[in-house]
Amino acid sequence: MAEKTQLTKKQVLHIAKLANLQLTSQEVVKFQKQLADVLDYMEVLNELDTAKVKPTSQVTGLENVFRQDKVEKSLSQKEALSGAKAKQEAYFKTKAIFE
Amino acid sequence: MKLNELTIVAALEGLKKRRFSAVELTQACLDQIKRVDPKVKAFITVCEAEALAAAKKADLELKQSSTKPLLGIPVAIKDNFCTRGVKTTASSKVLENYIPVYDATVVAKLKQAGVVILGKTNMDAWAHGSSTETSDFFTTLNPWDIKRLPGGSSGGSAAAVVADQTIFAIGSETAGSIRQPAAWCGVVGLKPTYGRVSRYGVIAMASSTDSPGPICKTATDAALVLQVLAGQDPLDATTSPNQVSDYSKLNLPKKLKIGIPKEYFLSGMSKAVVTVVKQAIESLKKAGAEIKIVSLLDPKYSVAVYTIIQRSEVSSNLARYDGIRYGNSRQSFGNEAKNRMMLGVYTLSSGYYDQYYNKAQKVRTLICQDFDRVFKQVDLLLAPTSPTPALLLGASAKSPMFGELQDILVEASSMAGLPGINLPCGFSKTGLPIGMQLIGPQFSEALLLQVGHQYQQLTDWHQRKPKIVISN
Repeated sequence: MAEKTQLTKKQVLHIAKLANLQLTSQEVVKFQKQLADVLDYMEVLNELDTAKVKPTSQVTGLENVFRQDKVEKSLSQKEALSGAKAKQEAYFKTKAIFE
Repeated sequence: MKLNELTIVAALEGLKKRRFSAVELTQACLDQIKRVDPKVKAFITVCEAEALAAAKKADLELKQSSTKPLLGIPVAIKDNFCTRGVKTTASSKVLENYIPVYDATVVAKLKQAGVVILGKTNMDAWAHGSSTETSDFFTTLNPWDIKRLPGGSSGGSAAAVVADQTIFAIGSETAGSIRQPAAWCGVVGLKPTYGRVSRYGVIAMASSTDSPGPICKTATDAALVLQVLAGQDPLDATTSPNQVSDYSKLNLPKKLKIGIPKEYFLSGMSKAVVTVVKQAIESLKKAGAEIKIVSLLDPKYSVAVYTIIQRSEVSSNLARYDGIRYGNSRQSFGNEAKNRMMLGVYTLSSGYYDQYYNKAQKVRTLICQDFDRVFKQVDLLLAPTSPTPALLLGASAKSPMFGELQDILVEASSMAGLPGINLPCGFSKTGLPIGMQLIGPQFSEALLLQVGHQYQQLTDWHQRKPKIVISN
C-alpha cells in the first residue's frame, strides 16, 4: 500500500476554486480528510496492468450521432425566463463580471 | 384487497371491466399516502388536484375504449425527472423552488400512455447516495422498519411502492440507485441497458451511466412499464437505435444457463443474504435452470472505477448550476455534492487526469471485456443485490464512500451499461426483505424480465407486505 494521500489546505482551496465553491475554514479541514480518504481507495486500481488497454467512455458503441441542423419547436422567451430570480425585459440579470 | 394494493396488471383489468374507476383507484392511493406517508416520508410533493383531474380524464377515455397501455394507472416519480409545472428538486436546496417548463422524455411517454401522476418522491440530493440521508430535506424511512433506511438514491420511489402508496414508481440508476433500494424495500427494480431509456430531462448525475427505469410490485408490471419507456429519443443522442423487444413474451431458452459469480459472495457479507440467495438459486435449479459457478473481476475494482468516473462527471454536470437562469446559488449545495464535485475536479485536473480518470476508463474496458467473456458461457448472472439487508438510520454518515461500498455488487454491471433486475427472494430473521439481482448482456431486458416472472410464479416473496401497510 502506498503512503497515505495528503492534501494541503492550499490544495483544497484550489480545488474548491476550480469547482466554483466557497468553503468555510471548517469545511476545508473536513474535506482535507474526506478527499484524501477517497483518493487512497483509488490506489487499488494500480494492481491492474492497463498499459495496453484502451479507455472506454461510451459503452454501447455509438459514435458521432448527428441530426439535421434545423430549427425545432423550443421554449418561448417567457418560459425560458420563468425560473430566473432577476430579469430585465427579456434578459437574465446577473452581477457585473467586469469592473 | 384495497385498490391501492393492486399490481398494474390487476388494476388495468379492473379498469377495463369497470369494476372501479380511475378516480377511485387514484383516490385509494392518495388516501394511503395520507395514512402512511407521515411515517414513511416517501414523497416530496403530492399533486392531489392534478392527479384527480388526470384520473377523471382517464375515466372518460376508458369509456371510449382507448388503447393507451397504462391508462388510469397511478405512478410516483423520482424528483430528478422534470415534470412540467410541478416542482422538481432532485432533493436539493439549489433546486428547492425549481418548476420545469418541460417534461422529461420518460414523463412525456408515461403521460402519453395515460398514467396518473401522484407526486414526486424523495431521493439522495442529486442522486448522490444510497440511503436518502443526503436529501437536503428529510430522510425516507423503510416501511419494513422505520428505524431503518430505504436505500437509495431512489429510496422514496421504492418505499412508496412497497407501502402501496402507488401502483408503481419511476427511479433512475447510475450504479445501484434502482436495484439497491428495491432490494432493501422488497420490490422489483429494473435498471435497463444504458441508452435503452432516454435521459432527456433527468437531472444528470453521471451521464455515461444514468439509466431511468421502473420500480414495481412484479416483474410482469416492470415489463409493461419498460415497454412504454424504451426506445430511441432524438433529444438524447446516447439512446440506442436498436429495435425495442417485446418484453411480455414468455419464451425462455430451452436450457437456461445461470452463472453465479463467486467473487460476489463477499467475506463479511450478511449471512442472511447468503442463505436466502442460495435458496433462490436452488429453486431455479429445481425449476430446470443449469447453474454454473463463474469468476469475474474482484468487485473492489469497480468501486474505484465508479467513484472516479462518477465524481468526474458530477463535477462537470453540477458546474452548470449558477442560480442565474433558475435555482439558488452554489452556496446552497450540501456537503455530499461539494465533496463529489471537488473530487471530480481533482481527478480531471491537469497532472492527475492520467492517474485517475484515464486509468479508471481503462479499467472500465477490462470490466466490459470480463462480462463479454462470461456471457459466452452463461445466459445471465445471479448474485445478491446488496451485501446486507436495510441498515439503521445514520449509517451513511460513517464513510464518505458509504454509497459506493453499499453498491459494490452493482457497480461493475453499471459501468458496462448492462441491464439488471432486483427480485425479492426472502427475508432476514428480523423480517427485513432481501433481494437478488439478475444481470444480463446489453439489451437482454426481455430475458431478465421473463426469468423474473418465472421465479415469481415459484415464490411469493414479492407479495409479502410490511405491517405498516396492513395495520392501523
